[in-house]
Amino acid sequence: METIWELFWEFFKIGAFAVGGGPATLPFLMDLAEKKPWYTMEQLTDMIAISESTPGPLGLNMSTYAGFQAMGVVGGLISSFGLVLPSVIIIIIIARFLDNFNKNPYVEGAFRGIRPAVTALIAAAVFNLCRVSLFVETDGELAPAVGSMLVAVLVFGLLQIKKLNRFHPALWFLAGAVVGVVFGL
Amino acid sequence: MENWRILWQLYVAFFRIGGLTFGGGLAMLPMLKYELVEKKKWLTEDALLDCYAIGQCTPGIIAVNTATFVGYRKRGVAGGIIATLGMVTPSLVIITLVAACLENFMDNVWLQHALMGVRGIVCALMLNTVINLARKSLTDAFTCVICGIVLAICLFTKLPTILIVVVSAVIGILSERIGKRRKGDET
Repeated sequence: METIWELFWEFFKIGAFAVGGGPATLPFLMDLAEKKPWYTMEQLTDMIAISESTPGPLGLNMSTYAGFQAMGVVGGLISSFGLVLPSVIIIIIIARFLDNFNKNPYVEGAFRGIRPAVTALIAAAVFNLCRVSLFVETDGELAPAVGSMLVAVLVFGLLQIKKLNRFHPALWFLAGAVVGVVFGL
Repeated sequence: MENWRILWQLYVAFFRIGGLTFGGGLAMLPMLKYELVEKKKWLTEDALLDCYAIGQCTPGIIAVNTATFVGYRKRGVAGGIIATLGMVTPSLVIITLVAACLENFMDNVWLQHALMGVRGIVCALMLNTVINLARKSLTDAFTCVICGIVLAICLFTKLPTILIVVVSAVIGILSERIGKRRKGDET
């Protein structure tokens, strides 16, 4: 019962403070990986891959998955309920009482600060993500996981080519999975 | 009766949007347009873009915000809730099924090799997302400074993420106010 409440509350906070949609939930999900026993950083990487290759909004998929890792089917329901509730409340208030919300000078000002801050939050989260995914810890020392690292560098290079950038993430993941199996990474 | 019919239609329309688009956010816009503007004619394209713009600058998942907004415009609070439920249902079902399946195969050696490859891809794609975000959000000296400071804070300290979001919003508002006052002094 206590976990249910905790799950709800943690995801309610994410829903209320993650400005910028899917990727903006990542720093929060990473905090949870460190703070709570629900899932590890490695599991979070897998959750991102699966959430990007299944239909539905990225942030919602990741949160449902995180809840599932914590408490199974009920956990998934609770975490997505918590995530969505602030949106519903905030949007209904705005729709009912505030005209031209996004053109309000205070909102515009707030966004001048929030946008670069969220970019930095996501960048830091991705940095941590790369640290756990591209290195393996053996006897307390970090050693590079050469295979994953090569895949990452190669694909990052390929993504800078405009035409390849349009490929669906799921295709890249599939390619990564094949490479992983063939070369036994 | 009419009311229930429209609520059901709202649920189905957003269920389709949630179940058929990958990635969320911007990727969802063409599908929203097709279902809501062209097929159902519930709102004009401009009205949809308005809802979407507000969905982007309010906290939470952009697709969910847009769904609530469109649903509310169509049928009030009940409409907002029903549209959101429609958007959420496919994710809940699909992710729960996939997660339950994967859990059973986690010990499989092949899956572990595959995941090592996939993790490399996740890093590459997320790095790319960060670069695209930075291109869009770092437009002048002010935004670069904020980004640099927050990045340093994140990498070297353990300040709560919520606090960082709130403080950066306050700084943004203050800078806008001060900027306006200066302009006022000059004229």
